Amino acid sequence: MRITRTVAGRSRRTAVVATTGLTAAALMLTGCSDSGSDSDEADANGNITLTVADFGQFGYKEAGLFEKYHELHPNITVKENVTADEKVYYPKFLQQLNTGSGLADVQGIEVGRVKELVDTKADAFADLSKVVDPDQWVNWKALQASTDEGKVIGAGTDIGPMSICYRRDLFEQAGLPADRTEVAAKLAGGWEDYLALGEEFKKKAPKGTFFMDSASAMYNGVVSSDSEQYYSKDGEAIYKESAGVKAGWKLASEAVDKKLTQGLAQFSPPWQAALRKGSIATVACPAWMAAQISTYAGDDFKGKWDIARTPGDTAANWGGSFLSVPAKGKHVKEAGELVKWLTAPEQQAAVFKAAGLFPSNKGAYELPDVKTAKLEYFNNAPIGEIYAEEAQAIPAAVLGPKDGVIKDTISTQINNMEQRGTKPDDAWKAATEAIDKVIG
Amino acid sequence: MATTTPTRGAHGSRPGRRAPKPMTPSRQAWRSRLWRFDDKASPYAYIAPFFLVFGAFGLYPLIYTGWIALHRVEMTSLDQMEWVGWENFSNILQDSEFWTAVTNTFVIGVISTVPQLMIALGLAHLLNYKLRASTFWRTVILTPYATSVASAALVFALVFRADGGLLNWVLGFFGAGETNWANGHWSSNIAIAVIVIWRWTGYNTLIYLAAMQAVPSDLYEAASLDGASRWQQFRNVTIPSLRPTILFTIVISTIGSMQLFGEPLLLEGGQIGAQGGTEHQYETLSIYLYNYGWNLGHLGPAAAVAWAMLVLLLLIAAINWLVGRFMRKTAA
Repeated sequence: MRITRTVAGRSRRTAVVATTGLTAAALMLTGCSDSGSDSDEADANGNITLTVADFGQFGYKEAGLFEKYHELHPNITVKENVTADEKVYYPKFLQQLNTGSGLADVQGIEVGRVKELVDTKADAFADLSKVVDPDQWVNWKALQASTDEGKVIGAGTDIGPMSICYRRDLFEQAGLPADRTEVAAKLAGGWEDYLALGEEFKKKAPKGTFFMDSASAMYNGVVSSDSEQYYSKDGEAIYKESAGVKAGWKLASEAVDKKLTQGLAQFSPPWQAALRKGSIATVACPAWMAAQISTYAGDDFKGKWDIARTPGDTAANWGGSFLSVPAKGKHVKEAGELVKWLTAPEQQAAVFKAAGLFPSNKGAYELPDVKTAKLEYFNNAPIGEIYAEEAQAIPAAVLGPKDGVIKDTISTQINNMEQRGTKPDDAWKAATEAIDKVIG
Repeated sequence: MATTTPTRGAHGSRPGRRAPKPMTPSRQAWRSRLWRFDDKASPYAYIAPFFLVFGAFGLYPLIYTGWIALHRVEMTSLDQMEWVGWENFSNILQDSEFWTAVTNTFVIGVISTVPQLMIALGLAHLLNYKLRASTFWRTVILTPYATSVASAALVFALVFRADGGLLNWVLGFFGAGETNWANGHWSSNIAIAVIVIWRWTGYNTLIYLAAMQAVPSDLYEAASLDGASRWQQFRNVTIPSLRPTILFTIVISTIGSMQLFGEPLLLEGGQIGAQGGTEHQYETLSIYLYNYGWNLGHLGPAAAVAWAMLVLLLLIAAINWLVGRFMRKTAA
């Protein structure tokens, strides 16, 4: 190649170099700059937009709370950004906390993750103890989101007292009692009775229906009544010896062995489709699960579902969430006020009434909306009555930093037993290997 | 390629200047030194932007990843690094999941690259004939390449779905039962290979086509005078002329299949996709890396996986080079 230097050629090359340099510089600038959240500075009239990022169902849309907040505070608009699956939501959230960009003004936290955030990321959150009074909550709920120094990173939204959701019509067709007290009576002996009922159902089950969606749901139901589940009080991982885990695993493998489950990974699209088609007869049902069922099963099955007390009438909690305010947000103060309002007794009662998510704020239990609440979708089941008593008796569970991942890993392995015929021992080995990798 | 650069310092002044000002000798020496400096230094200035950008976004991350691989770093506390030496590497090498991922990566790599390049070669040969609306056909062939990985993978996820998937529906007409494509080891790997083949065949076709058009036509004339059939021409004229191009596409495809990520991630999606299937049946090395770093939150081993991938790629490149040299020697 012969380089001929003409004046024009030279200036063009200079231009090329200059633009390349500029592009590179621009790339670096945008790479380092903080893209921030959607909500920008307030406009001339002081109007601001607060963003709320959450997962699954928080019930605010169903209860129309964001519109109501806008009516009360005309200068504030709330936008909600929902991720369906919490397992997808959390890793992204963690990354955003690390980089400090892309965070919403208010972020939801699931109970399986809250301990990890309290232990490692407390600095990234605003201290909500200055905004809300932690004593409003059932004691264990407030403690879950508090650091040893008393900083509160999350205000409790719902808790998940257990129950059994079941299809009345399918029970009748299978020759089982459909009345919720009679169903509860058949389950009085605990989760073993639930399996026995499943076998009874299977004998005369309508074609194409299954007693439960997944044995992983039952496993989580069993484990959720223990105060020490995956970690001991000293913070050691004890899931291999934990009595609840052992019992839950044994019952789940029995349910798989007896082919009582449809073998669907919960919250996955096939699971949602099965609810829509109506092939599932029962679901181990924390209060928030009822909201999921009514959403995915749809209007076709309105009134055909019902809710009975947990097997053995034990007090158990599965799941529940918190609302947090990242400290780096642009509207920390306004976001704090929004969280305070959303988690106040009246609003929690409204969410309960609309979507069935059970309040964690003690003040809500005295409100008539909660006390006498009935869910129309579930044949007017008196959920206020069913859950409120149980909620007061729930033991304070010890949380660990990796609770969420451990629970998910075990659930996946139960799904493997169901879908792929993995032997229980192999599945347990795979689960422990994966979990040790998580903890290690 | 010979580069001759006229040395302008020797001329003293540029031709075409209308009235050269008389210059003092010292000033003239200064100018000539400037010229020489310009000659020697400006090429570096011209290529500097690339190397600056490469240094910032290529080399630095590469080295820093290696540094992280020797530490214990958690997603939850990025600022705390604890020196652990080679522990992360020994951990991943002892992890059966890592070897599953290596196997899957190679299996998918082979069953996607080989058919892909053969189809591309055939298509390029067809497109090399005189066709009506040849530009149209060439554009059509390239369209899959222009779609994003995400949209392609999502559409194919619907095709391969277990219940109500398009493929199962079609196979149903031939009496085949429902296959849970994502569930089996081979079936899921094939499904992913199909997505890769669909996206990349057109790209390779165009590269081959360009190379084919550069083959001198007198070679074909001579061959046909000697009575060679079309197939013989393809085998004995086209393929040998394309050898460097084929080597190039093999290298590019190998690198691509090593980095396979979007397709397996989105075949089932969600948490299951992020761990390459419930039993890691279609987990590739990139998915393994992602799962270790972003779901389990351990960045040390994840960085170690990244370096292991680099080493594997270098190994493959070395083998490729040896094979290429062997082929050139036997051809000579």
